[in-house]
Formats: sequence, structure tokens, C-alpha cells
Amino acid sequence: MQILNIDLPLPPMEWLDALPLHAPDGFFSMPVIIACYAVVAAIVAFSIRRANRSLNERLVPVMGVMAAFIFAAQMLNFPVAGGTSGHLIGGALAAIILGPWAAILVMVAVVGLQALLFQDGGLIVLGVNIVNMSIISVFAGYAAYWIAQRFGSGYAPIMVGGFAAAWLSVVISAVATALLLSLSGTSPLAIALPAMTLAHMLIGIGEGLITVFALMFIRQARPELLKPRAKSDAPVVPAQAVAANPAPSGLPGARLWVAGYIIAVALTLLAPLASGSPDGLERVAEDAGFLSRALDAPYAIIADYQLPGIANEAVATVLAGVIGVTIVYTLVAGGAYLVHRRRAAAAHE
Amino acid sequence: MSIATGFLNRYLEGGSWFHRADARVKLIMALGFIFAVATLPPGKWPAFGATLALVWLAAAVSRVGLLRVLLRSLVALPFILIALPSAFTRPGDPLFDLNLIFFTATATTEGLEFFASVLLKSWTSVTAAVVLTATTPPMRLLEALRALRLPAILVSIVMLMYRYLFVLVEEAQRMMRARAARSAAIGPNSGGSLVWRAKSAGGMAGSLFIRTLDRSERIYLAMLARGYDGSVRRQDAPPISRREIATLASALTLCAAIAIAARLVI
Repeated sequence: MQILNIDLPLPPMEWLDALPLHAPDGFFSMPVIIACYAVVAAIVAFSIRRANRSLNERLVPVMGVMAAFIFAAQMLNFPVAGGTSGHLIGGALAAIILGPWAAILVMVAVVGLQALLFQDGGLIVLGVNIVNMSIISVFAGYAAYWIAQRFGSGYAPIMVGGFAAAWLSVVISAVATALLLSLSGTSPLAIALPAMTLAHMLIGIGEGLITVFALMFIRQARPELLKPRAKSDAPVVPAQAVAANPAPSGLPGARLWVAGYIIAVALTLLAPLASGSPDGLERVAEDAGFLSRALDAPYAIIADYQLPGIANEAVATVLAGVIGVTIVYTLVAGGAYLVHRRRAAAAHE
Repeated sequence: MSIATGFLNRYLEGGSWFHRADARVKLIMALGFIFAVATLPPGKWPAFGATLALVWLAAAVSRVGLLRVLLRSLVALPFILIALPSAFTRPGDPLFDLNLIFFTATATTEGLEFFASVLLKSWTSVTAAVVLTATTPPMRLLEALRALRLPAILVSIVMLMYRYLFVLVEEAQRMMRARAARSAAIGPNSGGSLVWRAKSAGGMAGSLFIRTLDRSERIYLAMLARGYDGSVRRQDAPPISRREIATLASALTLCAAIAIAARLVI
């Protein structure tokens, strides 16, 4: 890395990897920054209390060294293609092996130190970066893994759950970053959201693979580390209890499903804030004159996200969004319930 | 510290005013400056010029090398791509057309002005942070965090993290060296399938985690043996001299003056 005795901030190729989500100062508006700091203050205070309860006087040594571990593990890369490399970000891995509250503290330390000492992310926008990379990514990863654990304690739930957790943690962080960037007026949602999401759907695959193989290694070397912790903060029921239940009455983790549904609906309510005018791509399409050539998808249940018979455009958009979210949720939850019933029945036999 | 972990060290020895000043003063000064830059509305070129001049004056005073500061400040460059679409989507007077293959994007004056503003503000802020970390030993900087009333537990976690950063990064690098030594790479696609490569990297991460967990237990026991009882005790930092408080106050006033002038006068 030494060129003429002057250190480059990063080797050129790592710039591509650094692109993800460490936003520098200047990209977010003041209201967004202040709102994020409020969220960070509340969640970090709560995380310290919860982690303190289970770790006690071990809190500082264990969390400090684990944060250094995540920082070091982010360097473990593997070549993907064309000179780019996949590497670990670690939010989901931390959430799975440490539990959500401890993982948040660890990721806050990682993101904070990166900003303070390495200019990886800005200082004033640190709160925003912590929300995206330390809080949302840990919650998303933990939720996905937790749901997967409802389906048993075997090999597959850990691996599938681990991959889903890692992939989702990266993708949802990217979605959150794009939303906050567009709320700040820095980047139009119609471009930032698909661009960030698509890029991170690819980056998430690398993250997912590394996380799964790390979990596999840990499971082989120290299986007890991946067992649900009895005194854990998370409402983890021993998986055997679920499997032993002969006739499951409902979908396990129902409360989480409800919470997820409420969050999704809440986000839909923000839809009219996004933009009243046609989005960027539609505008471009109009300018270029190919919008008229666009075809409606044959399966469009709610054309153009509008409901007939409702005059107010914003209300119609929100209603259409809520209905869409509900349909998707019902399908997914129904599928999960069926799979769960079959598994439970098989385990009972 | 070995050569391999040298890149973790951002502090550069020196005897300038910035090197001698109290870390708390410098941290609050840098945060106040970046905050002032963040409040500047787009298109306020005189204010951008003033803040950029100030931060480069600070870089010159710190005597850590302007080229070095410049190179380090480029770290934020890739992110600017994300603001680029704004140059074409913000409403305003059309400036020029960019003929892409499928459609034509029209850049507007307002859009370009906004994009250039984000670029300048971001670069100015990063440069300030670079000067701060180049002239302040990391541990001093972390100790200064408590002056901002951060929770003591959080600061202690970050400090312990920094202490073990070098150990664990070296461990990760040893693993990567071992992997490189065992896999003769000739072409870009050597070394098995993508999943196979991911498997070896994932195994390294898992192995590093288990080693770290064991290490944290040893560290905890060593701390217990030395009288650690879970509470974090720190020596009170010495008071900041009046002279430095005066310097800090005038620097913050200058930042506030630029921010207010950008809204009212210019």
C-alpha cells in the first residue's frame, strides 16, 4: 500500500467494497440526522441494559474483543470475479452468535471506530450510519434467523436461516440507506432504491455464503455455541419443545409476524411522502417517449398502485400499498405455516 | 505494531499546534466545524470556499503533509456516485443532454449545483476528520469521547476494542497469509469454485470467532485477577487550559458565523 512513501487510504479494489453504506458527511439532511441520533440513543441505552443483564461484569471485555473480531473478520475476503472480492460485514453473524442486543453494541462500536479513526463514514452522520449498519442490519438478520429457528434445531434451519439473515441484513440496510438518502433529498428514490438494493442483493450473496460457512465451522467445532441460550435476551423457546408439540395450533413466532406486518404497513403510510410527481424512470420514459409503449403486467391486481373510486391520490396509494403488503404477507405466512405443520407432523411420527 | 497492521495507525508524529492541543478541544472543534458545513444550503459557494480554505489552513498548520491529507480525504469519493443522479433529476433549467443508450438524461443547473455542493461539503468534512485523526493519538481521541458525555460503558467497549484490534487483525492476516501460501494462484479464476472460496473464507471467520471467544474469556480472567469488578474507573482528565477554551470558543464562533452568514448575507 506504500506508494512513494505515502499511504493510500485504501487499496483501490477495496474502494468498491467500501462503497456499500458508510456514508460520509454531507449526504443527509439535518432532520434525518437528528431523528437518527434519537433512535440511536434510545436503542443503545436499551441494549446496554439488556446486554448488562446477561453478561454482567463480562460486558466490557467480551463486547470490546468481539467488536475487534468483527473489524478483523471484515478483512477476510475471497475473490469473486473481475478483481472484486466478497467480504464479511458481520451484522447478521454478530446477531446470530451474540443475540440482538449485544450485537447492536458490538456493531455500534465497529461503525463508531471506523468513522472516528478511519474516516469510514462521516462524524456528524454517524447516527445515520449506526441506524443503517448497526441497528437495522442486526434486527433484520436476527429476525430472519429467529424465524428459521422456529422450524427446528437441525442443520438446515441454521444454514438457511444464516444465509437469509446475512442476505437480508445487507439488503435491508441498503434499502434503509436509500430511503434516508431520498428523505434527505440527496438522491431520488426511483434511482437510489433500485440501484442500492440491486447492488446489495449481489453483495448479500457473498455475505450470506461467508456467514453460512462460518456458522457451519462453529457448529462443527463448538456446537453448544449455536444452541438456543436458556438465559438469552431473545424469547427463544427450546426448539425441541416446538417439535414435540403434536398439533401446532398456530404459526410459531406469531407475535414477530404481526410486528413485521405492522412495520411494513407503517412504511407504506410513508409512501405519499416519497414523491407526488412521476418517478425518475417514468419521467425519463416520458421524455424519451417510450412510456406509451409500456405494457401493464397481465397480473397487475392493482394497476399503477391506485384503487378505482378513490379520488385522493395519496390515500389511494397508501390503500393500494397496504392491500399489497397484506396479500404478500398472507401468502408468505400461510406458506410458512404449512411447512411448519408438515415438519411438526413428521417430527411427531 | 508490525508493518502489516501499519495501515491501522492513522496518527502521524509531529509537534504542531494541533499535535499539542487537548484532544477534547480538537474533537469538539472538528465536530462543530463539520456540523456547520452540514448546515450550509446548496449553492453557497463563498461559504463553501471559506470552509474549504479553513480546513486546508488547518492541514497546513498541522504539518502532516498536504499530499497525504489529500490522499486520505479521497476515501469518501466512491459514495459520491449515489448523489450523481440528482444532477439529472432535480427540476431546473436544462443545461445539457447526456445521450445514454436507451434514453436521454437532461442535466439541470440546479441539479449540478446540488451535486457539486454535496461533493464539496463531503470533501471538506472528511478533510477535517483526516486532520483530526492524523494529529491525535487514537487513545486520546477515544478518551475525549467522554467529554461528549457518551455512556462510560460504550466508551470502554470501544477502547478495549481498539486495544485488541491489532491483535485480531494480525491474526486475520496470518490466516490470509496461510491461505495464500497454500493456494497457488496464477489466473484470476484459480482456487476452486466461488462456493469453495467462500467456504474457506467462512471457515476462517468461524475459526477467528472461536479463538476470539476463548481470548475474551482469558482477558476477562486476567482483568478479574487484577481487581476488575465490572465497573470502569478512569482517572479524571486534566482540566482544559483557559487559552485552549478561548481558542475553541473563537473557532466555534467562526464556524457559526459562516453558517449564519451563508443563510442571511450571501
